[in-house]
Amino acid sequence: MRWLRYGTDAVLVECASLAEMSAVRAAVVAAGLPDLAEVVPGARTVLIAARPGTKALEQARELVDEADLATVHDGEPREITLDVRYDGEDIDLVAETAGISADDVVALHTGATYTVAFTGFAPGFGYLTGLPEPLRQSRLDTPRTRVPAGAVAIAGEFTGVYPRSSPGGWRLLGHTEAVLFDSHADRPALLAPGDRVRFRSRS
Amino acid sequence: MSRALEIVTAGPLALVQDLGRPGHAHLGVPPSGALDVPAFRLANRLVGNPETAAGIETLLGGLTVNARASCTVAVTGPPVAVTVDGRPVGSHVPVHLTAGQTLAIGRPDAGLRCYLAVSGGLDIEPELGSRSRDVLSEIGPPPLEPGTVLPLGKPDGIPVGADTVTAPPAPRDLVVPVVLGPRDDWFGDAARQLTSPWTVTSESNRVGLRLDGSALERTSERDGAELPSEGVITGAIQVPPNGLPVVFLADHPTTGGYPVIAVVVPRALPALAQARPGTTIRFRPYA
Repeated sequence: MRWLRYGTDAVLVECASLAEMSAVRAAVVAAGLPDLAEVVPGARTVLIAARPGTKALEQARELVDEADLATVHDGEPREITLDVRYDGEDIDLVAETAGISADDVVALHTGATYTVAFTGFAPGFGYLTGLPEPLRQSRLDTPRTRVPAGAVAIAGEFTGVYPRSSPGGWRLLGHTEAVLFDSHADRPALLAPGDRVRFRSRS
Repeated sequence: MSRALEIVTAGPLALVQDLGRPGHAHLGVPPSGALDVPAFRLANRLVGNPETAAGIETLLGGLTVNARASCTVAVTGPPVAVTVDGRPVGSHVPVHLTAGQTLAIGRPDAGLRCYLAVSGGLDIEPELGSRSRDVLSEIGPPPLEPGTVLPLGKPDGIPVGADTVTAPPAPRDLVVPVVLGPRDDWFGDAARQLTSPWTVTSESNRVGLRLDGSALERTSERDGAELPSEGVITGAIQVPPNGLPVVFLADHPTTGGYPVIAVVVPRALPALAQARPGTTIRFRPYA
């Protein structure tokens, strides 16, 4: 783990793995330090930003140094199930790449439990880890100019759902009617770091 | 009739802003908010509002509003011509409007963004605790258009700020203090490379300032390397593979995939918010 200076009021904690990153994020968030402005998980990093003139970065460092990073202490994780219609444009491509049938793709994708590791790209877009190995596939060579809202997709070690229509290069498996982001809701983002997610096939 | 302000002309871009919605980056939501924070706070103080009240951020002026009720207004940012029913009243001072009067903001000679505060503030439903328009994720009230009627809150403060002076005009050459890192080691002699002059391009917006100049060169071992997505903050100077830096402003994405060579110190951000295309920027790495 490395602590990299990030401007005058933030640090970037560089971790060895996604699991270590998740543990660091959870340890810092669980402590609820009042002077932290932002805790932003990334694929291998946690960005910790403090209110200027406070000791929050030093407190965060002390916390992480003392934390047991072998396990993620996220309290009671929220469990979310998303109903998906597996009619995505790339499902045959994904099946072919994996050397299995389209039905096997659905069985693998619905059989796993995922964890929201971090967000980015757009409000409410969560990068979900836990994707079974045969589904870990590269992005499309040419990204689509428009991916519809609710599209359920995969890329590399992640699966995710596009909260709104946008360009995108992930392989599309299907779509969900769930609202991923509503800025007026009590919980604006359906998926937040640490949440557990399952997909359920609905025909 | 309830207190309101009607937009007559909006200029190139007029947006509702307040101090933004920090604290939601982990959900993918940018901080947003007025880019020139000191100018925005001053405008609110001049009309007796709390500094958190919502006002209007204009780009290159051109905003004309009609008061639907008696109110106090103030325009801040770069010095700019302000008129009431065609009569000059000046910027950086509180101005009283009676119902039916029209206030017009001219085009500033230097700088980009002026702020209009109205007593009582703009009374618009907040989203995620803020009334700011975020141009990246399209959260908050849409850009203002002629005919938009903005409700006003109840004025309850006494105007203060008579001790404040007009902002200096935005310079054509800026020296910007930065802290190197977190990824300065991706670049050979990052401090020296950053001190070469950069020019603000017309591709710049509230997401970031795009700069042109001599492309920043990565070290040979980092050439062509990829960086896993990581968190970014306002002021981060991100360097895409073409070597031309982007300085993230308030509507920046919350994570990015390119190395951040340095971060602008917060006190230098208001000047960047006012930097027109063509402005020369020199970064001064700060120990």
